[in-house]
Amino acid sequence: MQQFQALLRKDQQPVRYLVVDDSVFARKNLIKMIELFGGEVAGEAGDGLTAIAEYNRIRPDIVLMDITMPQMEGIEAVERIVRQHADARIVMVSSVGYQENILAALQKGAKHFVQKPVKPEVLYEILRYVLGDDPNAAGAPVALAGEHHS
Amino acid sequence: MRMELIQPFINAADAVFAESLQAPTRIVDLSMDEETYRRKGVAALIAIKGDIEGRVILDLAPEVAMRVANQLAGAPLPESEQVVRETVCELANMVIGNSVTLLNDQGFRFKVFPPEIHANEEGLGGGVDTEAMVLCIETPCGEVYLNISMHYLHRRRRDQNAVAALD
Repeated sequence: MQQFQALLRKDQQPVRYLVVDDSVFARKNLIKMIELFGGEVAGEAGDGLTAIAEYNRIRPDIVLMDITMPQMEGIEAVERIVRQHADARIVMVSSVGYQENILAALQKGAKHFVQKPVKPEVLYEILRYVLGDDPNAAGAPVALAGEHHS
Repeated sequence: MRMELIQPFINAADAVFAESLQAPTRIVDLSMDEETYRRKGVAALIAIKGDIEGRVILDLAPEVAMRVANQLAGAPLPESEQVVRETVCELANMVIGNSVTLLNDQGFRFKVFPPEIHANEEGLGGGVDTEAMVLCIETPCGEVYLNISMHYLHRRRRDQNAVAALD
């Protein structure tokens, strides 16, 4: 299995994540990657409404947010979280990666977008960028991460 | 049925399974089918409506779905119908999501409906356009079946109008 250098906060503590996806199976897949990156799963949510409540409760460093979910979709949850917490760092994780979807998420305040199936190395680079850990990536455009080039 | 509409789904399915399972996959069987679809395991049906219309069925045996789930979760999950259903749904979402991304970026506009899970003994499909491309993908976790029926909407309208004119 690929090894990754631990992603840490500026105070050298593990990065705390909130994982939001209506599929338990998809959450477990993301959690496996977070553990590979030396992170800590501070909370999980299966819909947008719970995600907002969990965000307010645990104040994570990063949110990994699915788009299509019951009760409240990911993009609306992003808008509400960012309205309350302008510094929220949210990465959208979705199967559907066309431009309109990405733009809508970014306009509401998401920091980046990764398409499922998520490749650990792609998510790692995106997290480095969003955490501001990679000065070289600071001017990188928002890519359709995970996009297939077959 | 037009291959340019089918090809993105085939490519996406192949890529999703190869990338998710981190192992090579192989398309072992490809055929046309005009019959009502007979489910082989647990099937997720996703309907598409808009510039192009149709449906895609992803079908896995429960034990194959559990193997995929265990591999993706990185640890054995408790075997349950819920895990099987969620796995089939999530895989179907990934295949469809990647396919529609390609089609959407080509300028097609359509709505994708959430997956409907079918686990009963009845056949699937039926309706006006039942001609479908059926393929079997061999993965390290077992065989996965994909059944794709897709048409341009304007072509269907034209065909329906032609039939109406003959009546």
